[in-house]
Amino acid sequence: MTRIENPSVSIQNPSVSIQDLSLNFGAISVLETLNIDVAEGEFIVLLGPSGCGKSTLLNCIAGLLDVSDGRIFIKGKNVTWEEPKDRGIGMVFQSYALYPQMTVEKNLSFGLRVAGIAKDEIAKRIARAAEILQIEPLLQRKPSALSGGQRQRVAIGRALVRDVDVFLFDEPLSNLDAKLRAELRVEIKLLHSKLQNTMIYVTHDQIEAMTLADRIAVMKGGVIQQLDAPQTIYNRPVNRFVAGFLGSPAMNFLDGRLEKDDGNWHFAFEDVRIPLATYAFEKQPVPGAAVFGIRPEHVAFNSGAGWPFTATANVVVVEPMGSDTLVWLKLGNQNFTVRVTSERTPNNADTVSIGFDPMRASLFDAATGNRL
Amino acid sequence: MSDHAVSLPAGTGSIGLEASGPRGPKPRHVFSRRNIFLYGTLIVVALYYLLPLYVMVVTSLKGMPEIRLGNIFSPPLEITFEPWVKAWSSACTGLNCDGLSRGFWNSVRITVPSVILSIAIASVNGYALANWRFKGADTFFVILIVGAFIPYQVMIYPIVIILREIGLYGSLSGLVIVHSIFGMPILTLLFRNYFSSMPEELFRAARVDGAGFWGIYFRIMLPMSLPIFVVAIIIQVTGIWNDFLFGVVYTRPDTYPMTVQLNNIVNSVQGVKEYNVNMAATILTGLVPLVVYFISGKLFVRGIAAGAVKG
Repeated sequence: MTRIENPSVSIQNPSVSIQDLSLNFGAISVLETLNIDVAEGEFIVLLGPSGCGKSTLLNCIAGLLDVSDGRIFIKGKNVTWEEPKDRGIGMVFQSYALYPQMTVEKNLSFGLRVAGIAKDEIAKRIARAAEILQIEPLLQRKPSALSGGQRQRVAIGRALVRDVDVFLFDEPLSNLDAKLRAELRVEIKLLHSKLQNTMIYVTHDQIEAMTLADRIAVMKGGVIQQLDAPQTIYNRPVNRFVAGFLGSPAMNFLDGRLEKDDGNWHFAFEDVRIPLATYAFEKQPVPGAAVFGIRPEHVAFNSGAGWPFTATANVVVVEPMGSDTLVWLKLGNQNFTVRVTSERTPNNADTVSIGFDPMRASLFDAATGNRL
Repeated sequence: MSDHAVSLPAGTGSIGLEASGPRGPKPRHVFSRRNIFLYGTLIVVALYYLLPLYVMVVTSLKGMPEIRLGNIFSPPLEITFEPWVKAWSSACTGLNCDGLSRGFWNSVRITVPSVILSIAIASVNGYALANWRFKGADTFFVILIVGAFIPYQVMIYPIVIILREIGLYGSLSGLVIVHSIFGMPILTLLFRNYFSSMPEELFRAARVDGAGFWGIYFRIMLPMSLPIFVVAIIIQVTGIWNDFLFGVVYTRPDTYPMTVQLNNIVNSVQGVKEYNVNMAATILTGLVPLVVYFISGKLFVRGIAAGAVKG
């Protein structure tokens, strides 16, 4: 796997800094010499499919897993060998992990009582957290008497009362239904803008990643593929994996060749030729096998002239999704999807004309998958 | 809502379907084949198990002349509690003639500390094995489980020697230690599996909150494990109370547990066989585990099914 040298790795006084972190379970390497710097007050989302090591990385930062190699700094202090409680972190878990035999108030105060903090100070902090999260009426209830959303709020509160520098979220919304997830997502975003703490958030949900993150780290196989602002990752994915993982419906990929004639670069497959005059190459292109990727919403429908590339295609399936419609086409012999507004829905088996600007496309090397 | 189907008057079936016929719950007959088989089997099995108990109770309430008539199933003509009193306070075993009461108190003095000690150690063992995966934990666990498969009889003699060497042979505390050790494999397995079934994130949350080994054990794990403790208590109380082998080997006549004393009463060879006293003594001895079962029955079932209990 290619290592991506990210220009933003060298942040001044990072809140969390991970240097050459590796973790092996026996012969299996889960994390490989991983480097990431998180700025003060930044919201970083670790995004990836299950088994990519994102939760493992979070557990390493929390100190719940011993690392095989590398160092972890939090607030400039080397915490690699520190206990979780001494790292200045608060953690929110997917299953809420509330202590079932304690009331909400006792759940919130547990860590403070263990640390031996004075009673009036505990009361003050609980009052503040309860107010921020609007869980004051729930303080005397047991977790079993709370709904999923309320439980997750209490779980966030437990991290809040500890007055920590860094919040760690381990897929906090995955156990909630779609509606609540959307609500709490907004609340977490509001919480972040209110508290301005550093937050590291693990998820496999790209919507959560796109909406919450200042920067997203897309992970695969224990390696960070790309670490950048959400829009950059969405528009200029560094490799085919990142391009395919983000975006729903997924990006269209066309297999073909990169060719040059008359001094102009073309992407050619079957009898289709896409001119690449507007495409910004990452490096000097060479002719050869390549993959052309374009997002379904970057393709226009029933378009006339004025597009660098136009073609006709046969409609295979039409999927109305309410706000817009997904149209599955055959472009040559390859599958191709287009997202259009509902008013412009074609019929099945129509032949339609499409057009797009290769400026918005992504070209990948067929062998390595890297962006060209 | 202007849906046509909703505005249909109640009772108007769809056109073309019969209007009468089965509707609502299907009727069930009391004397259906299913019920006869089910309850028949239950009654037969219950009788099979309860008959000996009935004979014991009936016999224990009869005088000896009535027993000699030989009608073991007939209820007592004259109810007498004398055999019970005799069994408890004046039946002779060897040199002592103070009945089972001495053995009862010995058994209490053996059972209570053994149960507490073995469960205390095994629960911490199980907790450590389930949550703190220390180096060599698996090996340790395998050794412990193998211990459960070695027949007790093999170890009797070596343990006699060990107890003699440390000066505990014949004392109650020696027997308490033996019981605690032999309860360890199965109890540790029980607790380990229970603690493993608890959500791991709970344990992690407690660590982030700063609780240590004992803090998590006492403040998080213990309050959540009542069912499994009840199971362990039942297993240990019945096991230790009913034990005969260790009792007879590792104690002296004046510290014999109730089971050994019962055996000595029932098997005494001098004089007449007092069947009524024997029956009363046997019921008395079996009473403690029975009471434990009755009191904790519901919790016992919950604990046995604890694999499915989520926090």
